[in-house]
Amino acid sequence: MNDNNTTPPLNYLTNGHTVKSWLLTVDHKRIGILYLIAMTCFFLIGATAATLFRLELATHNANVLANDTYNRLFTMHGIIMVFFFLIPAVPGVLGNFFVPLMIGAKDVAFPRLNLASWYIYMAGGLFTLAAIIGGGIDTGWTFYTPYSSVYADSHVILAGTGVFITGFSSILTGLNFIVTIHKMRAPGLTWMRLPLFIWAQYSTAIINVLGTPVLAITLLLVLAERVLGFGIFDPQKGGDPVLYQHMFWFYSHPAVYIMILPGFGVVSEVLACFSRKRIYGYEFVAFSSLAIAAIGFFVWGHHMFTSSQSPYAGLIFSILTYLVGIPTAIKIFNWTATLYKGSVQLSAPMLYTLGFIGLFLVGGLTGLFLATKAINVHLHDTYFVVAHFHYVMVGGMMMAWLAGLHFWWPKMFGKLYNEFWARVGAVIIFFGFNFTFFPQFIAGYMGMPRRYHVYDIEYQPFQMLSTAGAFFMGIGLIICLVTLVSSLITGKASGKNPWKATGLEWNYASSPPDTHNFTVPIKVDVEAYDYTDERIYQDA
Amino acid sequence: MSHAAASTDHEHKPYQQHHFESMEQQTQSTLLGIWLFMAQEILFFGGLFAAYTVYRILYPQAWAMGAGTQNVFLGMVNTIVLIGSSLSIVLAVHSARHNDKKGILKWFALTLLLGLVFFGVKAIEYGTKWDHQLVPGLNWDDGHALHTIQEHAPKNVEINELPKGIQLYYSLYFVMTGMHALHMIIGFGLAIWIMIKAARGRFNAEYYPHVEYFGLYWHFVDIVWIFLFPLLYLV
Repeated sequence: MNDNNTTPPLNYLTNGHTVKSWLLTVDHKRIGILYLIAMTCFFLIGATAATLFRLELATHNANVLANDTYNRLFTMHGIIMVFFFLIPAVPGVLGNFFVPLMIGAKDVAFPRLNLASWYIYMAGGLFTLAAIIGGGIDTGWTFYTPYSSVYADSHVILAGTGVFITGFSSILTGLNFIVTIHKMRAPGLTWMRLPLFIWAQYSTAIINVLGTPVLAITLLLVLAERVLGFGIFDPQKGGDPVLYQHMFWFYSHPAVYIMILPGFGVVSEVLACFSRKRIYGYEFVAFSSLAIAAIGFFVWGHHMFTSSQSPYAGLIFSILTYLVGIPTAIKIFNWTATLYKGSVQLSAPMLYTLGFIGLFLVGGLTGLFLATKAINVHLHDTYFVVAHFHYVMVGGMMMAWLAGLHFWWPKMFGKLYNEFWARVGAVIIFFGFNFTFFPQFIAGYMGMPRRYHVYDIEYQPFQMLSTAGAFFMGIGLIICLVTLVSSLITGKASGKNPWKATGLEWNYASSPPDTHNFTVPIKVDVEAYDYTDERIYQDA
Repeated sequence: MSHAAASTDHEHKPYQQHHFESMEQQTQSTLLGIWLFMAQEILFFGGLFAAYTVYRILYPQAWAMGAGTQNVFLGMVNTIVLIGSSLSIVLAVHSARHNDKKGILKWFALTLLLGLVFFGVKAIEYGTKWDHQLVPGLNWDDGHALHTIQEHAPKNVEINELPKGIQLYYSLYFVMTGMHALHMIIGFGLAIWIMIKAARGRFNAEYYPHVEYFGLYWHFVDIVWIFLFPLLYLV
């Protein structure tokens, strides 16, 4: 592995072809690819579960699945998508691959720990898969007690252990990123010159490190109650199930910011590149990520307005939840302002990004509805909530993830995908998504509760639309997958900087990058997103 | 990853990992990493302390009576033992700083020994609770528990029934001390690994991060106990 001057440098993909060279790699780029493969598999499992229960929900009575199977499927969908796709997707794949490249480092601060994080993630995944194969779990992804700890007749222990283990992967990845971003930046790369993707990863990492351990101990208490019969949340022993909800949401609300903040980072990169402009109000966008991470820790109670939580606490949680809207709105406004008089180019990543802004806006604003206590009482546990978080998580996060994946694909693999089909995929996913989830807002507002298997016939048109839309979206995802994978075989070589983007990863590293990332020493002397810089338009 | 071949513009020391630009960067990075790890540990135990606080406010009587059944003397012994082990780990770091390999091994061995004493005492305490059928879920017995609590109550206080939430006190007692003990067990593994490294002469006066960071970790585990002792025994 010597990179002396006599042999041409191998890139990270060609440097070793054995399975061992992949499974024991400490190269952050290969670890990113390992995450990509694993995560795509989990995504497909989660999507299969969704397909099955969407099929069932097309009609108001039960004709495809039994009650219990239905419960197990939506739980599995939630657990897999939240803990094994949404949370680790952007940090695990794009973060691992690009954080060191974007800050001019050879690797993350702790490469072996990074590999360990992947194995921990896989170990957690295996436990969860074992729970699924063994018959599944029916508690919903929230593991509410005392159902989960005492009564549920399904594989709570296996799935809980899986999520518990996976949490450590988040913690260690977060720790690695914080240290990397603090200590490994290239000379001249000050905080205010960092790409916004790095700011977003940094904010996410803080939540990962400070939030995830609370989920860990909470799940541990649930397991202690279930396995040993300790009474922590069991009302029969004086325990308080609402305490479980507090502890669970103390992590799981910040966790939605773990999911979405990296997406915000991706959007900033893509938007600047395809508007050929610096992000408007860079400092505000940067600090709003930190603000979201900080305020996000104090809003968890808005999941519990209808529990026995004190109404005064509810009031404060409601106000704090509005406050989170401010930094989020700052981002949306600044992104829109970036487009103004920009040289906008509607490439595939840009289509995803524009889709993100629109859908996330709807998701975010309906979040304000739900943060209003009076409205929340009406909408709590209805399809309105389902639609809200799918607009944020799928319309927001998944679109951002696909935007980032398309944007950096040429850098990761050195191949250009077919632009036409990529755009077709993006457009179909956008419309399919709206067909799937918009009707759910209406059904929810009319009062249809979530998690119901058999429902009143008056809701059937909405559910029918939803199911049709989901299949439409599925077609879009398949087009997207085929386009990307086929580019690996038939795609044209991308060259170093196909989008003429700014950033160290595009201008100093080849596509795909060398094993040690950079062959020349890096010194940064420009701001982020300086699209007037002549150097990015020169071909290497 | 042979360091000798890295013919870059800076010289690598033998223990500098090659993805770092300088030894200083490596040292600062690992130090920041270990502090972040501590931060997540605090949040991990923080969840337990939060649950503790809520239930203690809800069930003050259960807490008073539960703590009354603890053996304060044994708890005190364990507190002193752990503080002693903190001292011995400081002395191990001190030895490392002065390039004293034997000193590192000696003080680590003493730390482990004190840790074992702690476990011995803890085992006695757990055993007593098992005998008194005070383990929720596994062998809890209301009558026996009431009897034990009556025995330990002050002479002028008469207790006729179990206070509400008493099982929560014992559940939290076992989870909190159990998590603490688990951290000590992990510490044992780390200590043995570091002792092997030390015996092989991997550390010198300039380079002994493992010893130093283990010291931080061990102090953290001690501090958790310093909180647990008054919260569980002395309330």
